[in-house]
Amino acid sequence: MRASSLHSGRPTARTGPRGAPPPSRLRVCLAVDLCAQQYGGRVRCLGLIPAGPSGATHSSSNSNSRHSSTRGVCRASAESSTAARSSPVIIATKEEDTIAAIVTGASQGSVSIIRLSGTDALATASRVFRPGGKFKFGWVPEDHKVHYGTAVDGDERAIDEVLLLSMASPRSYTCEDVVEIHTHGGGVCSKRVLQACIEAGARPARPGEFTLRAFLNGRLDLSQAESVLSLLESRTAAAADSALAGLRDGVGQAVSDMRDDCIALLAELEARLDFDEDMPAMDTARLSASVDGLQQRIEAALRTARQGSLLRQGLQIAIVGRPNVGKSSLLNAWTRTNRAIVTEIAGTTRDVLEAGLVVGGVPVTLLDTAGIRQSSDLVEQMGVERSRGAAAAADIVIMVIDGQAGWTPADAEIFTALWGDGPGTRSCAVKGLSLLVANKHDLAKGSAAGGTGGDGHGRTASNGNGNGSSSSGGVPTGSSGSTSGSGSESEEWTGGMEVERWPPAGSAAAAPSHGDAAAESGASSSGGGGGGGGGGLRATGELLLPVMCRETFGQVVYTSATTREGLDSLDAGVLRLVGAPQLAAGGISWAVNERQAEALVRAHEALMRCRESVRQELPIDFWTIDLREAVLVLGEVSGDEVTEQILDSVFSRFCIGK
Amino acid sequence: MRDGRIGSSTPNDWRREEWTTTHMCAASHDGGAPSSDAPTPSTSGSNTGPDVLVSSSSARSGSGSEWHVEDDYDVIVVGAGHAGCEAALASARQGCKTMLLTLSLDKIAWQPCNPAVGGPAKSQLVHEVDAMGGEIGKMADRCYLQKRVLNASKGPAVWALRAQTDKVAYSQTMRHVLEAEPNLEIREGMAVSLEIGKNDEVTGVRTFFGITFACRAAVLTTGTFMNGTIWVGRQSMPAGRAGEAASTGLTEALQGMGYELDRLKTGTPARVDRRSINFSALEEQPGDPDERWFSYDERVHVPLEQVSCHLTHTTAETHRLIRDNLKETPIYGGWVDFQGPALLSGPRYCPSIEDKIVRFADKQSHQIFLEPESRSTPEIYVQGFSTGLPERLQLALLRTLPGLEQAKMLRPAYAVEYDYLPAHQCHNTLETKRHSGLFFSGQLNGTTGYEEAAAQGLLAGMNAGRRAQGLELVALTRDSSYLGTLVDDLVTKDLREPYRMLTSRSEYRLLLRSDNADQRLTPLGRELGLVNDERWGMFQAKNARLEVERTRLRATRVLDDHPVALETATVSGQAVQRSSTLEDLLRRPHLHYDVLERNGMGAEGLSRWEKEAVEIDIKYAGFIARQTRQLGQVQAKAGRKIPDDLDYAAVATLSLEAREKLAKVRPRDIGQASRMGGVSPADVSALLVHLEVARRRAEAAEKAEVGASHAEVVVTAKAAAAARSLEKAAVGGAAP
Repeated sequence: MRASSLHSGRPTARTGPRGAPPPSRLRVCLAVDLCAQQYGGRVRCLGLIPAGPSGATHSSSNSNSRHSSTRGVCRASAESSTAARSSPVIIATKEEDTIAAIVTGASQGSVSIIRLSGTDALATASRVFRPGGKFKFGWVPEDHKVHYGTAVDGDERAIDEVLLLSMASPRSYTCEDVVEIHTHGGGVCSKRVLQACIEAGARPARPGEFTLRAFLNGRLDLSQAESVLSLLESRTAAAADSALAGLRDGVGQAVSDMRDDCIALLAELEARLDFDEDMPAMDTARLSASVDGLQQRIEAALRTARQGSLLRQGLQIAIVGRPNVGKSSLLNAWTRTNRAIVTEIAGTTRDVLEAGLVVGGVPVTLLDTAGIRQSSDLVEQMGVERSRGAAAAADIVIMVIDGQAGWTPADAEIFTALWGDGPGTRSCAVKGLSLLVANKHDLAKGSAAGGTGGDGHGRTASNGNGNGSSSSGGVPTGSSGSTSGSGSESEEWTGGMEVERWPPAGSAAAAPSHGDAAAESGASSSGGGGGGGGGGLRATGELLLPVMCRETFGQVVYTSATTREGLDSLDAGVLRLVGAPQLAAGGISWAVNERQAEALVRAHEALMRCRESVRQELPIDFWTIDLREAVLVLGEVSGDEVTEQILDSVFSRFCIGK
Repeated sequence: MRDGRIGSSTPNDWRREEWTTTHMCAASHDGGAPSSDAPTPSTSGSNTGPDVLVSSSSARSGSGSEWHVEDDYDVIVVGAGHAGCEAALASARQGCKTMLLTLSLDKIAWQPCNPAVGGPAKSQLVHEVDAMGGEIGKMADRCYLQKRVLNASKGPAVWALRAQTDKVAYSQTMRHVLEAEPNLEIREGMAVSLEIGKNDEVTGVRTFFGITFACRAAVLTTGTFMNGTIWVGRQSMPAGRAGEAASTGLTEALQGMGYELDRLKTGTPARVDRRSINFSALEEQPGDPDERWFSYDERVHVPLEQVSCHLTHTTAETHRLIRDNLKETPIYGGWVDFQGPALLSGPRYCPSIEDKIVRFADKQSHQIFLEPESRSTPEIYVQGFSTGLPERLQLALLRTLPGLEQAKMLRPAYAVEYDYLPAHQCHNTLETKRHSGLFFSGQLNGTTGYEEAAAQGLLAGMNAGRRAQGLELVALTRDSSYLGTLVDDLVTKDLREPYRMLTSRSEYRLLLRSDNADQRLTPLGRELGLVNDERWGMFQAKNARLEVERTRLRATRVLDDHPVALETATVSGQAVQRSSTLEDLLRRPHLHYDVLERNGMGAEGLSRWEKEAVEIDIKYAGFIARQTRQLGQVQAKAGRKIPDDLDYAAVATLSLEAREKLAKVRPRDIGQASRMGGVSPADVSALLVHLEVARRRAEAAEKAEVGASHAEVVVTAKAAAAARSLEKAAVGGAAP
């Protein structure tokens, strides 16, 4: 239903014998189109341009298949309305300027595309484009066909050899007349052609202006607009996929379904106000159960909020540790670069180094810091100071220790410097989550007999295995620990989204666990045991750690930067730590944004009050008040109720009027 | 709260005087003497003077070709049913010289269907009309046979008072009320057309026998009479009600004036003779021992001896008889030639007995109520037993009901089909959009029920009076009243069946309770000149009493060993704090004011319903506050005005259906647009965006005029901000 306005710009009588394609598929077409533009790859389903390098790396096989199916849809719609040109079409942006911009981004592709959109797009383009072949007087490009020719400047001097594609209103991205000129890449040609277009009468497009016009002309409705904007702002493929899922029918549809169920409940109650005698006796228990069910669905939707904000905002991860434990090697291995200089000399890294990578779709900024130690070197001292700052500000602090050497007094010193008396205490400088990496694991393996071998998955040792029995013998329990660990992991990936309950290494319990209740209870009993044991060392899988340290680090991951071993576990560990373990499995789904989450919380509260009214046996009319509130609020999320907020959020990102 | 600004709140005396003078001159024509200066239209209805005669039916009604302007009125009300009477009174009470034109002087305020007033949602309408100075509440209080409170368990917003009334006494009493009203004349006659002036304003009403009454405003309340046809089985005859001639001609006249008309159908069950019923076998349903009242006017609170209703039920034999004869019913026999599927079945909330039996086949029996119609006649109304079966089967069917084995039928069940005017042709003041001074109200607008009619009548009559006086018209909003909800629904929605007020039609019903109707509307009624000094005095005295009581409840503290605290703890099952105010105690669920009274903490001098009103405000304050907040949120969006001249055809983003519907209804604001059928949420979004873009463009244009350079700076700043926000997030994308 939200897609209806995609069509509404065009009188339906004109859609021809085959009819218009289903709106939802059109929406996909549009979204994929946007996606493709974002990545500078595929363009307009025409196969003219080879996928650029960045496009190739990001697109999953999934999105490829979507592409091919979309292509079919596009073609079908093109054939079905070839007569569109002659009919009058109402275009909301008719009076606006014709705009032009290079739409292929800054990447060094072999081809650049300039898009002109607006009432005068064709006229403007014809001042710039000269078709190849014999000169024909009054030549106009055939609609939705590609033409070869030359771009010329105001003095009729050729400036590039180009392809021209004209798409007449309304069958274009903006619903206006659109002309695209494909120039040679490299920046210079496209800039000169764009300049020629501007001299010929077009105005440079403002950011997002093509999308704005598409929106104003009804190609997108208001509730989709938000998803489109997130799509445009996506920084990784996963974020784009998530926004895309939201655009297609994710959040809106799911919430719309909840709203419909609320309305059904409300309708039943209201019918009873007027026609009670005609209806079967009221089943209060069933009604309460329906309300409970709705609350649970809202809770489930709310859990995706975490994933959504992760995908949008990304993570900042600081790597800390004493010198020469392999922090920079880890950064290089993890990012598959040689970003950091690695030597045998302790204290090689002096400044904070930044590198970007993508973990499960989450854009991550990795900060490699100077090894923390007492140093008389002024430069190194400053570096250490910066390390502290980076650690304090990061979302996650990964402390790297030498897996071979185990927990050393130097590590303990750093730990105290950064974490003080543990997370949550005043002396703790680290505000984010904490993860411990035992690097140089390949070397450590020799000394730790009975290790579980190269099973990367199992390398994430779980602190919360069972009831703390692992503390007894130290070494041999490693395998059992990892088995139970992987068991609870798979459970989490399918059903568990206990993200909010993930203790950021908090609680008196030996916090670490995989978040599911059983493991947590196991963890707490192990924590109790730990408390009894005082400050002595405890075995965690293969590593002996002080209690405080075990309580602080949610996970211990064993890696080897040199053999690249354990990096998958690191990915999974990070995602689990931030409460989005499903991302590791590639389970991208729609996610609610902040505004939606806020509304869902309000809907949840309203349903809670409704339950309370039922419990207090208040008259049924009172149940309807909070149920109606829930309907209204859910409507804000599903787009069934338009709020000023949505309008504002859309208009605040675009500017309208001149 | 309302559209128009209310003018002076001073009494209308000066105006009344002025009008009286005018009327005295005009009154010289009284007596029907032929007047040489009256316009003499030709039978073809051509233009014969300054007034354009709009009458396509003048030829048909032309027993005489002479037209006489007889008298001059401010307001003429056509029809003396429940809408017409309220309209006439509302107009006359404002001081307007008013004429009530009726087909029969003997059937004023007749109750042709169930003689009952009130019931769910309808009782709220009655309270509201009363609060604004209308008559229906007082009428029901004066003429009741029994009263009961319905829905007592569903919450204070849903409680409903229902009165069975004496239809004979009701009609007579209303006639006395009308006759006693200064400024009001009653006249028998059939209106056949309207006179329209140069500026599309109403200037007169013409009757079948050739008289033209000049007026400044006219209210049409023709009920089921316009081209009415009644049906019993397959037999039909033209009639407005059983035994009364239909009104013809007006439909065609209105069509000639450009109005769209449609048909609706409704029905009424058989009446049986009380003396032929064996009541001893039936369950008695007496009235409530302690009556409540519709009117806030204490002077009509005079208890009457109550008459019981009785309860019977359908039997296996009833069901068999109906199943065997389904082919004889209009719907299941498939022989009706009514237009449209809705007409086949009549209103959904008044299903015929055959409908109930077919649709709820597993139900062994249905309740049937036997309700008295008057103290002075033996007619008994058989509620729940309306049918489309032919007369010959109806008696047999009635006799299958326990207690009615020997029943004598006084009148068969019949259905009536009539013309109505889809009310989207009216503003929410009930004035037509096409002609100034012309108002439609009552069943003519597609409603059903005396209460709905009376409510519209009050609004139409009040506005007709204001139009005649040159004052701004007044509309009531949805959140002000059920009356406002009713009218808003009527002018907004497509009807498929007669419109009945239901509790669930109001989203704000907790705010629109029967106990606060006077708080909501009496001040408005006073401002409009409908509430007289006596009533206003009563209202103010009541408010003062309530205020004193609220203060007392807030200020009075009791300790937890006080008897009232102990009983509170017992009733609510929760301990009471060491020291609580009476207000705290009343806030608890299931604890009512009588607990205070039993323990000597009640108040003196308050009526039962006043105590109840105080308790409701306290107990449900949280809910009331939430609904008020909801209302505010909805209004913020819904209140956005849509320009009257918006070209919907040019809004590209609207669906075709929405464009068509919106152009037809021309909603006032986004809220009304969103309530229309055929306008989806996506369309509402599109409309909002369109308005917002238009607003921003206009704003930008204005700025550009003020100073081009200044505007430039603003836009650049905006663009830069937008660019920054995109840039921040974008990794490799340019402007897509």
